[in-house]
Amino acid sequence: MSETLTTTPSETSLEDFRAEVKAFLAANCPESMRQPIAEESDTYFGGRNGTFKNADQEKWFNAMADRGWTTPEWPKKYGGGGLSKAEAKILKQEMRALSCRPPLLSFGIWMLGPALLQFGTEEQREQYLPDIIKGKIRWCQGYSEPGAGSDLASLQTLALSSGDEYIVNGQKVWTSYADKADMIFALVRTDGSGKKQIGITFLLIDMETEGVSTRPIKLISGKSPFCETFFDNVRVPKANVVGQENAGWTVAKYLLTHERSAISGAVDGDMMTPLSYYAKKSVGLTNGKLSDGLLRSEVAAWEIDGAGFKFTLDRINEEMKAGQAIGARSSFMKYYGSELNKRKYELRLDCQGRDALAWDGEAYQGGKIARQFCRTKGNSIEGGTSEIQLNIISKHILGLPS
Amino acid sequence: MSYVLTEEQQFLKDSAKDLFKKAPVAMIRDLRDGDDEQGYSTELWQQMVEMGYPGIVVSEASGGMDFGMRALGVLMEESGRSLSASPLMTVGVSAAIIEKHGTEGQKAQLSSICEQGTVVALALQEGSFYKPEQSDIVAKKDGDTYTISGVKDMVADGHAASSYIVTADTDEGVTAFLIGKDTDGLSIDKEFMMDSRYYSKLKLENVSVPTSSILGSAGKGKKVANDVTNIANALIANELVGVMSEAFDRTVDYLKERRQFDKEIGSFQALQHRAADLYGEIEIAKSLAVKALDAIDEQDFMAPAICSMAKAKCVKVSQLATNEGVQMFGGIGMTDDEEIGFFMKRARVASQQYGGYAYHVDRFASMNGY
Ligand SMILES: Cc1cc2nc3c(=O)[nH]c(=O)nc-3n(C[C@H](O)[C@H](O)[C@H](O)COP(=O)(O)OP(=O)(O)OC[C@H]3O[C@@H](n4cnc5c(N)ncnc54)[C@H](O)[C@@H]3O)c2cc1C
Repeated sequence: MSETLTTTPSETSLEDFRAEVKAFLAANCPESMRQPIAEESDTYFGGRNGTFKNADQEKWFNAMADRGWTTPEWPKKYGGGGLSKAEAKILKQEMRALSCRPPLLSFGIWMLGPALLQFGTEEQREQYLPDIIKGKIRWCQGYSEPGAGSDLASLQTLALSSGDEYIVNGQKVWTSYADKADMIFALVRTDGSGKKQIGITFLLIDMETEGVSTRPIKLISGKSPFCETFFDNVRVPKANVVGQENAGWTVAKYLLTHERSAISGAVDGDMMTPLSYYAKKSVGLTNGKLSDGLLRSEVAAWEIDGAGFKFTLDRINEEMKAGQAIGARSSFMKYYGSELNKRKYELRLDCQGRDALAWDGEAYQGGKIARQFCRTKGNSIEGGTSEIQLNIISKHILGLPS
Repeated sequence: MSYVLTEEQQFLKDSAKDLFKKAPVAMIRDLRDGDDEQGYSTELWQQMVEMGYPGIVVSEASGGMDFGMRALGVLMEESGRSLSASPLMTVGVSAAIIEKHGTEGQKAQLSSICEQGTVVALALQEGSFYKPEQSDIVAKKDGDTYTISGVKDMVADGHAASSYIVTADTDEGVTAFLIGKDTDGLSIDKEFMMDSRYYSKLKLENVSVPTSSILGSAGKGKKVANDVTNIANALIANELVGVMSEAFDRTVDYLKERRQFDKEIGSFQALQHRAADLYGEIEIAKSLAVKALDAIDEQDFMAPAICSMAKAKCVKVSQLATNEGVQMFGGIGMTDDEEIGFFMKRARVASQQYGGYAYHVDRFASMNGY
């Protein structure tokens, strides 16, 4: 979109900032970090045992982390970028323009950080935020249990008080990257006497503590990114409670809105290559139109929804800047974004035929499309299922009775 | 430009809300039942003229308000909510087209459009479907005059117009003409459609017009048609946003009101999930519709693609919203007494005006190289 013609002083300084960002990215984002992400090791996750795939990845990460631009809007005093919303948007736009990879992928950034900024004590912020920003500690999320999925509040992992410590016993499941994480933010039960939402506590646990163990689970994609996590008499300092004891449900829900926005945002980031590009390449054109007419209209319908979703995220962002709270709309974003991504991969199978079905082999990048297709099915399950998001929209946006 | 309304636009929206309160759905029913000749309230239109609505997108120099398409879109959305019939959209499109493509002489007509609400109707469609890139009507040149014979269809507000923008084929290619209603050989046949509004057949029998009646220049008719397609569909998309939003709000209210099995029907998850899904679709449609207006105002090179995306999506979602409305109202939804059916009917006609779903999906895909 073209910019308006009138230039106010603040717009001038934003344009200066854009120029600065452009120069910085040109100098610090190596060519190889501007290529599409082909496999998981192409992105850096940080952590105590974090390793860089190559020198370019390390250079790019360090350049961004030094400026706090791994978390552009977080306060400077913790090492964040301290950028305004407008500046952060410019950074995002310029990174997109060069197809820069994200310098760091982190549950600390998407989920825990915002919760600490909202509910953490000053000591907790000082202790954990700088390590998230600098990628020193890798976090995982311990919410779901075998008996508590959609009905998360029925969770049973017990934390018994013992002086200034808790003793934790129980099991979490579907814990993404638990085997690679240094710390877990977990929901535990500290009181089982009342309503199930009351009596839940939000607790930070070091994965190296004695009694914590993990077991990877193989997914339909053939990969094992998530685990069962076991707690066997694990001692955790009470200082690791975020918010108040028995008031963890509020923290948990706040974090979920961030997780849901992040999931929808990630889907948006994947929209860089138009679906029609793959369709054209595989199906071909006849008289300038996709040779398969039925596929053509489905691809177009998807691209229209994809653009509409992107515009809607922009709109929600703008409305938030103008003072509206995001609230339950994060459930809409999560629902629509994940369903859109699933539809996209259904269409990629339709568009790419055999090439999308191969499970192995170098010619097919190790079965990348088929495996990603399988992975997208989790989009509408992780972070709360589509059905749960629809329940939330019905109740909290439409005000329908229960 | 932005999604959030400026103060000026918000003010306009509030005043439009007040105005359209005087033209509720009951008005279109009364006009229908009273076999009104016009199909819209001339009194309401006169009020809109007094408020400056016809000139809302016309430059100040030509007597308008120069508020941009975004502002007219806001009015369209409000009129969609109340299903108020009027020549507002037709006039908005033709004024913008005359200002952009017209000769100085033709632009002189803008002041009567702005001040009196004179209607210039758009006669592009031939037959059952809108395909304005071509015309089977030939305009034969002889010296300084063109002679035109043929029939145009679905001319919105054709019966109320004092002149017409008509496309026809010439040696130079498709060409647009601006022709007065009193020209010899020109006649109007109005047809009553499902949405209780009139659309006209415009008949041209050896209509002879001077070269000075060409809008812009000979052979530029495709450009004119392309602009009509963009602007009209951006506006209809916003009207449809009003139609779907109002139908949806009424449906959600009904879900909270109607009781069966000793509880509100809105407590049934089968209905809740369909309503929640529809809520999301409406959000997407809204963003596209607003984006289309902004794209025109900003002369974005993507504007044609965005206008087609917006129309296509708004067609689909307005159909879904009105269908779900009728279904969730149950038997009452099928009655003429209940107003939800009016929304369904308007949505269907608006969907086809200036190109239906298939037309716009095809246009969008072609513009994107597939
Ligand atoms: C890829 C992936 C990564 C994940 N990562 C993590 C992680 O890092 N940490 C973590 O804690 N968890 C994680 N999860 C777990 C995820 O949050 C849960 O799987 C999810 O909340 C659903 O719970 P469940 O699997 O027990 O399914 P259930 O709750 O048993 O649901 C089964 C089906 O019933 C439906 N259903 C349930 N309740 C209702 C209702 N009230 N109304 C209508 N339908 C209903 C569901 O929508 C679903 O279709 C991950 C999941 C996936 C797939």
